[in-house]
Amino acid sequence: MFNPEYLSLIYAGLMALAVLVYAILDGYDLGVGMMIPLDDKETADTMIASIGPFWDANETWLVLAVGLAFIAFPQAHSMILQALYIPVVFLLFGLIMRGVAFDFRAKARVKRQRRWDKVFKFGSLLTSFAQGYMLGLYVIGFDNTPLAHAFAIFSGIGVVCAYGLIGSAWLIMKCEGKLQQDAISWCKKFARVAFVGVLLVSIINPVINEWIYERWFDLPMALVVMPAPIICLSLFVILELVLQKLPKSPNSGAWLPFLISAFIFVLCFFGLVYSFYPFVVPGKLTIFEAVADASALTFLLYGVVIVVPTLIAYTLFSYRVFWGKVQPLSYY
Amino acid sequence: MLDTLLLSRIQFAANISFHILFPTITIALAWFLAFFKLKYDLTGHPVWLRAYRFWVKIFALSFALGVVSGITMSFQFGTNWPGFMEKVGNIAGPLLGYEVLTAFFMEATFLGIMLFGMKRVPPKIHTLATFLVAIGTTLSAFWILSLNSWMQTPTGFELRDGIVYPTDWFEVIFNPSFGYRFFHMLLASALTASFLIAGVSAYRMLKNDEKHAPKKALTVALTVAALLTPIQAFVGDLHGLNTLKHQPQKIAAMEGVWETEKGAPLLLFAIPNEEEKRNDFAIGIPNMASFILTHDVNGEIKGLNEFKGEHPPVKPVFFGFRIMVGMGMLMILVAFVTRFTLWKKGELPKWQLKALVAMTFSGWIATLAGWYVTEIGRQPYIVSGVLRVEDAVTTIASENVLFTLVGYLTIYAILLYAYIRTLFHTASKSVEVEEYDMKEFAEEVTRV
Repeated sequence: MFNPEYLSLIYAGLMALAVLVYAILDGYDLGVGMMIPLDDKETADTMIASIGPFWDANETWLVLAVGLAFIAFPQAHSMILQALYIPVVFLLFGLIMRGVAFDFRAKARVKRQRRWDKVFKFGSLLTSFAQGYMLGLYVIGFDNTPLAHAFAIFSGIGVVCAYGLIGSAWLIMKCEGKLQQDAISWCKKFARVAFVGVLLVSIINPVINEWIYERWFDLPMALVVMPAPIICLSLFVILELVLQKLPKSPNSGAWLPFLISAFIFVLCFFGLVYSFYPFVVPGKLTIFEAVADASALTFLLYGVVIVVPTLIAYTLFSYRVFWGKVQPLSYY
Repeated sequence: MLDTLLLSRIQFAANISFHILFPTITIALAWFLAFFKLKYDLTGHPVWLRAYRFWVKIFALSFALGVVSGITMSFQFGTNWPGFMEKVGNIAGPLLGYEVLTAFFMEATFLGIMLFGMKRVPPKIHTLATFLVAIGTTLSAFWILSLNSWMQTPTGFELRDGIVYPTDWFEVIFNPSFGYRFFHMLLASALTASFLIAGVSAYRMLKNDEKHAPKKALTVALTVAALLTPIQAFVGDLHGLNTLKHQPQKIAAMEGVWETEKGAPLLLFAIPNEEEKRNDFAIGIPNMASFILTHDVNGEIKGLNEFKGEHPPVKPVFFGFRIMVGMGMLMILVAFVTRFTLWKKGELPKWQLKALVAMTFSGWIATLAGWYVTEIGRQPYIVSGVLRVEDAVTTIASENVLFTLVGYLTIYAILLYAYIRTLFHTASKSVEVEEYDMKEFAEEVTRV
């Protein structure tokens, strides 16, 4: 049996990994979902085809993240979910809508397909916004004040833009022609708004939380971690420059915006984790206080060690199978 | 006034009832698909590919509905039942964790290849992906049924300060009722999928679908149904004996036995009267319940009165059990008659096709009724003898729960309607516009 302190760290690390992978992977397919046009069936079909083989597995990372919280930090899991009861339900409604609309739209009568497209688009938007809203309430410690909710709304818009950014970067990579050009201009817009969002959060957070300020600006750690926000903000500049040059012929570099966006996600996530570690419920509960029974976690760890590498391997295999520009989807 | 406990129970019941409909289909449908695909690979005959292509669409739709309602459930543990994981999370957590890690990801990842990858990977890899999805759905059932069985007949743990700690994982996973429940559920899924395939195929044939794929699928489904319905009755009986041993109060409610008695009758119909602790309008076969459950006409069955305050509400368990058994018998009858006719005459008369259409969702009804028996039969506990329902519920304001309950019910009603409509719409569409005509294969098909 492992020492509880190591188990807290291992499971917190796994949970962080699951959340980050989720944000990047489901982030792009939610982003694509938000952007589908309602008046152009062909474009909508292409966009949806680009995420078709992946969305289901992407969403599973959310289940893993929530599941790991449930298993490793049960008290935190129930505190967070009860505090976020209503936004969680909106998140679930959003996930339900888009998950089913994806399949119904392909099979319904033609006149009903447009209706399912609306459901898909709205569901994607609702899911993204709810996640951002929840993130906002989480970082502000679940305060129930108008200011806290205003911050949560701001955070909701931020996440919508972040998903829009990575979603349009995905489309640049997977599509050609007019849609690719549209995606480039969407990507520029989302990147600019997301840039402002990241900048504001980076300023607001240390200002309102003294301990976050100390963590980031106390020497000598400041020297080690300060490059993160600087690199993050410069990545936005690089992204802008790359987008100016796209599309190229032949289609070289179309994957760059996605890679840069993913890096931006990683750095922002690092910033968040660094600000709040070792808290799992900000200001209330640390991972060491919340950790569950060591023997149960040790039992699950055997599975984790064997399964997670396998899981990553077949996920990569699946991405390789559907590598390259998107092709029309048909059920075979 | 509706309180948080009652509303949370209704919400969870609604959610789990909606959710279970879809895994019940997909667990076995995945194996049907693997069979169709394997047959196609081995014979090269397009009729199997057509059966595959039609049913894979239904699979995808059912799977999507199962996924979204399953995610909802995983959140509801935290939002509505925080006491559940605070008290038994050390056992429930790892079992659910293993489900996500071993089954959920595997299904979801290979589903992409199974649905959209046929032209992108070699045929063998595609068939392998189909099998992996089937293995994934079954593994998923394994872990979930293990947890559910543990909640019914908990073993391999110790209690410290009201919190459960695992002592022996083998005993936790393979607890005393696990084997019965797991096979009972797998068979339930096989029968649900069989009757769904038979019903929809019969619908296509009634709509004058001249193609061979529906008939092929119908034959396979009816063969499976005719083979498995009697086995299900047998496994169900063993499961009942196991329940008598570990949860006698549930059996007492299922049989409507109030006073402990020897030679208890098998009640065909009755209305349990909880106030006066007796049955109204009882019609029964003398000594039969004792005989079935103890294999002795004068065997003793404990009555509900021995479990004061610890026994489940009688009516839903009593009627649920009768609906499940009644539906099961009807399924045996229909499977035998139609399979026999098919064997004798090579085709089904219209009235038998219509009967199959009417039985399309018979598996759903039997499964739901069975789940109500088993889940309500565990009341007032969430984990038998360990955790009572009222000790697990959230403290969230009841208005919030009411609000979300209304939301869920509305969404589920719309989705169920859309699902059934789409199912039959997909069937009629394939009658009109199947991708290629099979006339040139007609002769060959009759020989397959």
